[in-house]
Amino acid sequence: MSRIENCFQKLRKKNQKALVAFITAGDPDLSATQKIFSVIEKNGADIIELGVPFSDPLADGPVIQAASQRALESGTTLKKIIRLVGEIRKTSELPIVLMTSYNPVFAYGQKLFVDDALKAGVDGVIIPDLPPEEAGEFDAHAKKQGLDMIHLLAPTSTEDRIRLIANASRGFIYYVSLTGTTGVKSEVSGNLEAKVQSIKRVAKLPVLVGFGISGPDQAKKAAVVSDGVIVGSAIVRLIEQNGNPADLEAKVGDFVASVKQAISSSG
Amino acid sequence: MKQPMKQMQLPDERGHFGVFGGKYVIETLMPALKELEQVFASAQNDPSFQKDLKYYLRQYVGRPTPLYFAGNLTRQLGGAKIYLKREDLNHTGAHKINNTIGSALLALRMNKKRVIAETGAGQHGVATATAAALFGLECDVFMGEKDIQRQALNVFRMKLLGANVIPVSSGTRTLKDATSEAIRNWITTVETTHYIIGSVVGPHPYPMMVREFQKIIGEEVTGQIMDIEKRMPDVCVACVGGGSNAMGLFYPFIEHEETRLIGVEAAGLGIETGKHGASLSEGKAGVLHGMMSNLLYDEDGQIKEAHSVSAGLDYPGVGAEHSHLNETGRAQYVPVTDEEALEGFKLLSRAEGIIPALESAHAIAYVSKLAPEMKKDEIIVICLSGRGDKDVNQVAEIMGVPL
Repeated sequence: MSRIENCFQKLRKKNQKALVAFITAGDPDLSATQKIFSVIEKNGADIIELGVPFSDPLADGPVIQAASQRALESGTTLKKIIRLVGEIRKTSELPIVLMTSYNPVFAYGQKLFVDDALKAGVDGVIIPDLPPEEAGEFDAHAKKQGLDMIHLLAPTSTEDRIRLIANASRGFIYYVSLTGTTGVKSEVSGNLEAKVQSIKRVAKLPVLVGFGISGPDQAKKAAVVSDGVIVGSAIVRLIEQNGNPADLEAKVGDFVASVKQAISSSG
Repeated sequence: MKQPMKQMQLPDERGHFGVFGGKYVIETLMPALKELEQVFASAQNDPSFQKDLKYYLRQYVGRPTPLYFAGNLTRQLGGAKIYLKREDLNHTGAHKINNTIGSALLALRMNKKRVIAETGAGQHGVATATAAALFGLECDVFMGEKDIQRQALNVFRMKLLGANVIPVSSGTRTLKDATSEAIRNWITTVETTHYIIGSVVGPHPYPMMVREFQKIIGEEVTGQIMDIEKRMPDVCVACVGGGSNAMGLFYPFIEHEETRLIGVEAAGLGIETGKHGASLSEGKAGVLHGMMSNLLYDEDGQIKEAHSVSAGLDYPGVGAEHSHLNETGRAQYVPVTDEEALEGFKLLSRAEGIIPALESAHAIAYVSKLAPEMKKDEIIVICLSGRGDKDVNQVAEIMGVPL
């Protein structure tokens, strides 16, 4: 059983929701990422999503764009991130998902990327600008080798696209809770429950809600109607605001723990 | 065995030109692209849409544009006969309005009251703002801060036309980042907003749709050159940034194989300096802004900064169909430096009394090398994609002339 599958099975047994924590790898540098990873793990994240910085991240709002920029300036590359995952795997069995724009993967070589990522211990990949229609070659190899490809669904997705993506995804389904880019928003969109329900009618996989989840309250609301939440920009903003490593680790740790606690009481 | 599709029939139903093109976008936009495909297809087959489009192109834009025999330039260069397709004479001064009128009519058809656009040189921004004013649409134009500085005149024109110009300060602060920001805005507003892309780039159906709105350039040329010369041209030349004027000129000639098609890319400070926008000569296949095409990027897949004296060619990618025409060899793409383009700018101004846009000056510069090597009875058609008024301040600065 894959680490992701195993993770959801355990959560189901405990009747708990999943917390996926996103950080941009290499922000502010890769050694900091390794430390932040273990802080997040200790404070209850179930899956960690590492963002691969890209020069032109189209799906990202200002917070993660800036993180991408900092990571690129510190010399972060996809190769180095995969190496970092290998390091992390020496001490952690937490599922790791890479979120990346397609071009870095394409430049790396699609098959080589799948092979190297798996060897290092990556469990899944989210490539927002590689929808199922264009993912054929990549996904055939990823599926064969056992790398989960996690696709997105959005408020704008139609019934036929929900079916298409439910069939194409492995690991979990990432429901983008707002019509927009990543970022901290004050409200959870109104018809979240109905939309997640319509996805769950056709999908066997867990459905997680992300984009715009700013803190414990929203996380709880989203978790009640889904299988878990993905929190990104809110954590990345803490990293941006806290230059001192000790402060940073304390603040990120507390934040992750508070979100975990909030969704744990969402049954 | 499956027959390879004929070039004129591309893209295929998934928006691919060979390996290029496609729809590399976030799920949020996929339904809107599907809707756009359907609306565009129905508009293409709707005589009343076609009638409206034709009406505005004729009465408002001023089409057909002349195919002008550049006699002085021809004599000066001493080779092939040179014709200029005068897209600079369109309302707003460039070919961009062919697309924005069609696209604004599509926005009305989709009942979307707001349009957005990216712009580099400002020509597409002005053309979008113009169409928005004409049809009563709200209009936001995204423009890199660097371009806002070098194209102050067009910024003011857009504001006069009632558009908001939104400065983009991320990344290289040029066309690439303006496009990224426009796409991000579209992801957020897709339910009420139509994105009018300025070139034959972006996810399907944009490269096809913009070509369809621009192919009137080449269609007019085929009729005009037959009237004047009773035969097709030997060479068609156009500048290529994203490549919409070039695609508009080339498309009707694709099946006419005796006509050579040459796209002129920005070589900036010189290909060898790495500071250029020559994605076909120097780039490789990659994915940016929703499509696969030739692209300038480093070994880690990060997009490189393009460079060109002309804001409209300052882009690290190129239209997917150009990548395909390049790969099949049906069209050739050649680089021209900033310095050569400035010479072309001055050459046409003096020889014909026509100040070309710096973008179009790249095509003039290439023809100044090509024409003398050709026979006197051979024919070159250049797409003079825009007029140079917008560039006068910048050129004066480069020449060290205080205004």
